[in-house]
Amino acid sequence: MANQEQSRGDAPQFEPVIIGFTCNWCSYRAADLAGTARVKYPPNVRLIRLMCSGRLDPTFVMKALAGGADGVLITGCHPGECHYIEQNYKAMRRYMLLKRVLAQLGVEPERVKLVWASAAEGVRLAREITLMVEEVRKLGPLHWGKPNGQAAVPEAIETAEVTA
Amino acid sequence: MSDKPKFAMYWAAACGGCEIAVLNIGEKILDVDANFDVVFWPVAMDAKYKDVEAMEDGSILLCLFNGGIRNHENEELAHLLRRKSKILVAFGSCANEGCIPGLANFSSPEEIFATAYHTVSTDNPNGVHPQPVTQVPEGELYIPRFYPVLKTLDQVVDVDYFMPGCPPESHQIAAVIDLVIQVLHGEAQLPPKGAVIGAGGSTVCDDCPRERNVKLIKEFKRIQSFDYIDPKLCLLEQGIPCNGPATRQGCGALCPQSNAQCIGCYGPAEGVIDYGARLITAFASVIDANTPEEIDRILDGIPDPAGQFYRFNLARSLLRANKAAWSVKA
Repeated sequence: MANQEQSRGDAPQFEPVIIGFTCNWCSYRAADLAGTARVKYPPNVRLIRLMCSGRLDPTFVMKALAGGADGVLITGCHPGECHYIEQNYKAMRRYMLLKRVLAQLGVEPERVKLVWASAAEGVRLAREITLMVEEVRKLGPLHWGKPNGQAAVPEAIETAEVTA
Repeated sequence: MSDKPKFAMYWAAACGGCEIAVLNIGEKILDVDANFDVVFWPVAMDAKYKDVEAMEDGSILLCLFNGGIRNHENEELAHLLRRKSKILVAFGSCANEGCIPGLANFSSPEEIFATAYHTVSTDNPNGVHPQPVTQVPEGELYIPRFYPVLKTLDQVVDVDYFMPGCPPESHQIAAVIDLVIQVLHGEAQLPPKGAVIGAGGSTVCDDCPRERNVKLIKEFKRIQSFDYIDPKLCLLEQGIPCNGPATRQGCGALCPQSNAQCIGCYGPAEGVIDYGARLITAFASVIDANTPEEIDRILDGIPDPAGQFYRFNLARSLLRANKAAWSVKA
């Protein structure tokens, strides 16, 4: 199904939406560097800055996928280089367990990725983003929860809870 | 008919354990009878759907709805009872979060039917496969349409209160019934709409007497492969997959006190958006490893992580079902 969209010559190319969670100290600056250095990468990725990849709650990834994203990119400092000493290891442990859960739910492994990129690696980050966009483009839209193609954040999760 | 307030209880996709739990409140059940007129309760008394349809809208004061929304009949009854009831309670884990019937959301309807009708454990020599509509000499027969993805009660109708548990503990049910009776007598006020009743806000860990030491582990093992379980030490810190850190308190930590891991039947604690995601964080944080190879080896000790983390909560989680189940047109 994924490739059909591409193979039709006149149909517009599928543009995946990828949510990118970046670390304030490395990969966000790497993206900045790519910008100032005029390194090109596809505009499909929407970057969200976190203070650290260790801040990444797996809930963010699930919510992104349930809410219409076609993929999620998580980026952080290289192992051993975390601004907060070792939180990127925590991110890696969570990510590896999250990937196993997502696989059981039928989410293709290419849709959720963890990439290390230091503040100096703008070119590397741009390359990884380009690579991921192409991989997700091949897979086609995710449209989670909506076979007819309208993705939406599931109801009833925004409400504040009261306990009696 | 008396002029006592009316009470109803219904089961959709459920096992019947919730009804047993209600009967398990002992002599309190006499208070229910003294204060309520039981008008509809398929497990306990004979009543037809058309009897409910004939009632005035809003004429049932309290309806405890247990079970998930598995098929068209379940949804129809959810809408009917919503219309007829003043207070509709999602009662028990199935109505709240899908529970065990919700695990079917890991499979497509084809897989579910194949398992139900065409595996070796099924005695079905003619290969009968029930259809929504069947022609018989007398006319057409209908059975309820099966939904590809099981839904929770609040995914189909407006729900007033949520009472978690698989099943809700009897003392919690008794306390809720006491409260409703007090409200009837003008001695108490109902909690705000949308509240979780018959449970606490924090986690099972808060009720668990086991000691936590922020200890990291090198191995996860299933509980049955342990020769000895330290009765005083946190189960998760012994490498036993325990769902306590994300599970709502309400049971009094019964399982951990009996040397068994929490399996999460009271659902997500207050503030937890996705139960499984919270557990991923909790489990990942006790792993003592910094290399992908070592982390992988430790994670192999949890052979079915999605089943571990969503045993009760899959239908209420953010992703709600497997991609295969979603890709079927309802």
